[in-house]
Amino acid sequence: MRNVWTVARRELYAYFSSPIAYVTMAAFLAVMGLLSWLLIIYSQQAVMGYTLGSPWIFFTLILYAAVVTMRLLAEEQRSGTIELVLTAPVHDWELIVGKYLASLILFLAMVVISLYQPYILARLGNPDLGAAASGYLGFILVGAALLAIGTLTSTLTRNQVVAAILSVAIGVALWLVEFVGSRSPGTFTGDFLTQLGLFAHYFDFLDGIIDTQHIVYYLSLVAASLFLATRVLETRRWR
Amino acid sequence: MIEAENLTRYYGPTRAVYNINFHVDKGEIVGFLGPNGAGKTTTMRMLTGFLPPSDGTARVAGFDVFYDSLEVRRRVGYMPETVPLYPEMTVWAYLDYMAALRQLPDRGQVVDRALEACSIGDHADTAIGKLSKGYRQRVGLAQAILHEPEVLILDEPTIGLDPRQVTEVRALIREIGREHTVILSSHILPEVSQTCGRVLIINKGEIVAEGTPDELTAQLQGAERVLVRIADASPEAIEVLERVDGVIGVESVDGEAYQVSCIREHDLRAELAHAVVEQDWGLLELRSVGMSLEDIFLELTTEETEESEDA
Repeated sequence: MRNVWTVARRELYAYFSSPIAYVTMAAFLAVMGLLSWLLIIYSQQAVMGYTLGSPWIFFTLILYAAVVTMRLLAEEQRSGTIELVLTAPVHDWELIVGKYLASLILFLAMVVISLYQPYILARLGNPDLGAAASGYLGFILVGAALLAIGTLTSTLTRNQVVAAILSVAIGVALWLVEFVGSRSPGTFTGDFLTQLGLFAHYFDFLDGIIDTQHIVYYLSLVAASLFLATRVLETRRWR
Repeated sequence: MIEAENLTRYYGPTRAVYNINFHVDKGEIVGFLGPNGAGKTTTMRMLTGFLPPSDGTARVAGFDVFYDSLEVRRRVGYMPETVPLYPEMTVWAYLDYMAALRQLPDRGQVVDRALEACSIGDHADTAIGKLSKGYRQRVGLAQAILHEPEVLILDEPTIGLDPRQVTEVRALIREIGREHTVILSSHILPEVSQTCGRVLIINKGEIVAEGTPDELTAQLQGAERVLVRIADASPEAIEVLERVDGVIGVESVDGEAYQVSCIREHDLRAELAHAVVEQDWGLLELRSVGMSLEDIFLELTTEETEESEDA
């Protein structure tokens, strides 16, 4: 368990000693800021859910998660540094979870910075801060799931660009699958696909509803992705 | 300390290592010698637990490399070929990271000791990406000795170093080898013959010879060889030399030099000199040429090629 933190710490060091952390954060916060500004101007309402519920922010989040996670394991496999990590007494899962944890911490840091938005909303009007808080919780869960998917795709290849493309594709597919399902409501397949949708479980949070089933959905997405990533890392040795 | 039994590894259909058996005792320095692609790195990776063997077993300090991988990894220090490092980290931060992964107590002290042992203390705060090849190699070595491992596995430890650095690294390995078991690989002979107590020659994934450098030389050298250089020799020089008692064969090297093979452990230099002088030829040079490990190596690895072509 201590190794998880050791790996995560080194990964954060790598994030902040390269432009990645700063550029991704700045880009995301800029897009989010612009979006909020536009939404406030047009709606004249102080509602956090407009920004957090916008498809623009969904897509930005998918891209952000792909870029932040793409190098996690792909880079170690390309440069061969993974050989030294895996000949140290470290379990495969500790490496995966440590790497994932670093990307999650980076994401949470960014989310904390973005809290200036509800603050401004509170200065301008009278927003429902409870709904903003649960909206943020949902946003963090979606981000956590996407980061786990990115960690998984990064174990699949030693090419960072391939890893990023794969995680964007999976992210978008998980988003759109909801609309595929809604074409045939009431059938098992249709409902299943709708429930599989990444953002289908998100809108309740924006309305201020914290439902366990949604939390379970996101957490199982994280667990499944990290489990698969560990298995992929194990099988790499057999090839 | 290390035992390998029928160790075999396939990469898909390609056979990288086949049925390798060897053992290394505590405190030995053993060299894997072989041409590039012979299976040295694969064998080492199996010993470190990085690659599982396709067949056979290996035990390090009594622990199976597959079933007790973590126990093996705790006891092994490994330096891969062209040490892969994180370029953005400083030397100190990197070693501290590796020490933390190994969960060593008193990390500061541990890192300082490794830095000192590899004499890179003055570069502790340099980013690894800015280091020269020689220094990176030493960081790799420092990383491998952090936890004072019982077994040290070094893949091509001196590749790409300048001659002075090579000497330094070799001295360092010998120093470490006094207390630890060391396996190193190389495709360069002097490396192995100078540093190692025992040599395994590997070719095409199999061990083709084993022994101390002296043993190998003695065992494989069928005959003592003497080089005789004669001024104004007549064409019958070969016959004259062959008539000397104990000579097995004579080969003309160039116009005036002859390589004489003699029965083992017979120094025929005096007799040869006598024979030449008796003919009134000018004896220019007379010296014994031992078969070097290099010749043995070449002979073994080329023989192997011919054999496999037959099959």
